[in-house]
Amino acid sequence: MPSSRLRPAALPAAALLAAATLTACGGSSAGDGTDSSAKNTVNINATDTKCKLDKTALDAGTVHLAVKNNGNKVTEVYIYEGKRIVTEKENIGPGTSYKLTSSLKAGSYQVACKPGMTGDGIRTTIKVTGTGGTSVNPQAKKAVDDYRTYVQSQIDSYMPVVDEFVAAVNTGDVAKAKSLFAKSRFGWETIEPVAESFGDLDPRVDLREADLETGQDWTGWHRIEKELWVKNSTQGMGPIATQLAKDVRELQSKVPTVEMTVASIGNGAKELLDEVATGKISGEEDIFSHTDLSDFQANVDGAKKAFEVLKPLIVDDAVVTLLETEFANVQTALDKYKHGDGFVSYDTVDEAQRRELSRVVDALSEPLSKLTAAATG
Amino acid sequence: MTDSTTGQAPSRQDRRGPSRRTLLSLAGLGAVGVGASVTGAIASDSPSPATPVVDVVPFDGRHQAGIATAVQANLHFASFDVVATDRADVVSLLKDWTLAAREMTAGIRVGGPGPPPGGNLAPPTDTGEARGLSASRLTLTIGFGPGLFDDRFGLRTQRPAALVDLPKFPGDTLDPARCGGDIAIQACADDPQVAVHAIRNLSRIAAGRAAVRWAQLGFGKASATDTSSPTPRNLFGFKDGTANVQGHNAKALAKHVWAARGDDAATASWMTGGSYLVSRRIRMTVETWDRGSLFDQEQIVGRTKAVGAPLGQKHEHDPIHPDRLPVDSHVRLAHPSQFVGVKMLRRGFNFVDGAARFGHLDAGLFFLAYQRDPRTAFVPVQLALSRADAMMEYLRHTGSGVWACPPGVRADGYWGDTLFTQA
Repeated sequence: MPSSRLRPAALPAAALLAAATLTACGGSSAGDGTDSSAKNTVNINATDTKCKLDKTALDAGTVHLAVKNNGNKVTEVYIYEGKRIVTEKENIGPGTSYKLTSSLKAGSYQVACKPGMTGDGIRTTIKVTGTGGTSVNPQAKKAVDDYRTYVQSQIDSYMPVVDEFVAAVNTGDVAKAKSLFAKSRFGWETIEPVAESFGDLDPRVDLREADLETGQDWTGWHRIEKELWVKNSTQGMGPIATQLAKDVRELQSKVPTVEMTVASIGNGAKELLDEVATGKISGEEDIFSHTDLSDFQANVDGAKKAFEVLKPLIVDDAVVTLLETEFANVQTALDKYKHGDGFVSYDTVDEAQRRELSRVVDALSEPLSKLTAAATG
Repeated sequence: MTDSTTGQAPSRQDRRGPSRRTLLSLAGLGAVGVGASVTGAIASDSPSPATPVVDVVPFDGRHQAGIATAVQANLHFASFDVVATDRADVVSLLKDWTLAAREMTAGIRVGGPGPPPGGNLAPPTDTGEARGLSASRLTLTIGFGPGLFDDRFGLRTQRPAALVDLPKFPGDTLDPARCGGDIAIQACADDPQVAVHAIRNLSRIAAGRAAVRWAQLGFGKASATDTSSPTPRNLFGFKDGTANVQGHNAKALAKHVWAARGDDAATASWMTGGSYLVSRRIRMTVETWDRGSLFDQEQIVGRTKAVGAPLGQKHEHDPIHPDRLPVDSHVRLAHPSQFVGVKMLRRGFNFVDGAARFGHLDAGLFFLAYQRDPRTAFVPVQLALSRADAMMEYLRHTGSGVWACPPGVRADGYWGDTLFTQA
């Protein structure tokens, strides 16, 4: 639960769209309508020692690299923008040709042939001018597609648990509702930054009592939590539970079209760890049920998934290794509190233990805050 | 043991941005700092040596800055627990810290004066609150606590004998949450925001390798180490540290403050040129003190309140005759003549941590004393004071630490390199 809950959630996301916007349904990255005639085709004569381009000035939009491997070694061809790989084709055998197509925005790029498929390659700078082009990295598109699939599957697979929880509340089965409370939230907590991009959906579903304004209606999971644990009752909770299921379904229906970028995924990972650091470690998230550690695990799972889909975009191996190590350390720390199919009640975790958890979270959060830059750099 | 760890450090050093570039730019600046002492140095953001700034204290040197340095106006002191389990990570942390400390003490942003790596999608390498402020005579001084010398990092045999576990003193009411730690960093600066910025950025760099255990803010230097400054007052309203070791008195420093070659030769030749620091958070019950008569207050201290003269004398710096002072007065009990001439360099700070329970001020003295060997300095002095000092009625020692502060850093070295590379 972010402290920025009541602020228009779309704003920070919008600021990030400039970085690497991908439309919801993906589609062909090259399909931007720009003329793709022969004049925007670079013929490349690749040998074991040379990588000769017949032109180095191109129009923005769809660009073709027609590679002919005239050498004796297997080669590969890359387009780089700085350190970032825009596109690549491996395994171009001796004597064979390949036409690599990409969409480039105005800017300076490098084309590299890598005879023997090793090293930095033989590089030539090309200049792209004019408007058009998306410069979409196919790896970035795959990352966004993979993350969207993950978000959808989390919502889809936890929807039945939400329904079960709601049914228990509606039938007044307090014990069952309590047992399902944490589980019903788990999917939501893995992908919460996505929900936060939909204005008032997140506060309707997940607002904590402490974040209420005077006179504000309180709905969602935590409203029901308080009734269940403080009053041991479901009195009056039926309409709230029904609305909760409706709201989560609304999110479920919006996932296919929600705007997602490499930057928003990377930033979402950071936000999930911020949630852990400020809400879960302190025990403020599930203040009545003390099921904070379940949300903690869900936040970490979601952040880890975001990292994993972005991993192929990170040039610096040291960043990857460090994040893998720190994610593992957090999991090890969390595993100590596993109990049954969930976690121990957080009110049994003392201050010294919470400090240990906080330290491993800090150790992960600091490098994770650089994930977005590492994946877009 | 040779420094076999350096080769493994880079993975962690990636946490810090452009270390190589920064090193290069600072190498140039370092030459200015050494050659022109403190007269030609660095503006906050621009590395131009043409900009005259007079408040840079050089980081490198034979001894660490922040000990003999004339006491600054403000303190942020932090104790860290090392959470890293590898010696290589400790070494990489000390290197990263040294790099950032060089930058900040020179008045340069962490990560260097250029644009941050990663552009605006990455968090800035520097937190930013010191931009536009000068170096403010910032000094950063590191010390290693007894906890570091266990088996985790292979340092057990290098623990100096002088780095003793302090005994329990009569009247101690120590809070474990304010005691000990593996590493301490003392940040002193004339601008409080500069000192806070330094500890904040060093803590951030440490993530995953060391975590803050406790910290203390201080203000209004409670003792001076240079005779040119008027002797400051503590929160009892009395001048404190009149008979302190002076930072410009090389002979006194050598005798009382710096660990010398041959001290602890068996285990701690790495400390040569270093010093031992005892930190004590001493809460003062100022409300009850303030109700004492002037006569009683002066009898307890052993000096007059107005000018700080020893009782029976006229001027602050008049000679002290301990036997003419009340037997339980603070000045008499703490006088060097009572301890075979031993002295400490005190550079403590006043603190007020808001209000404590019942609305009383949570105030006092964060006592910092550098010495050559706590076994012959702080320990016997504090034992004597805590047994007999009339002032003890108004004092509660609530925090404690003892630290081995290594010697100063060479231009190509890092904090503690003598320890981690000692054969």
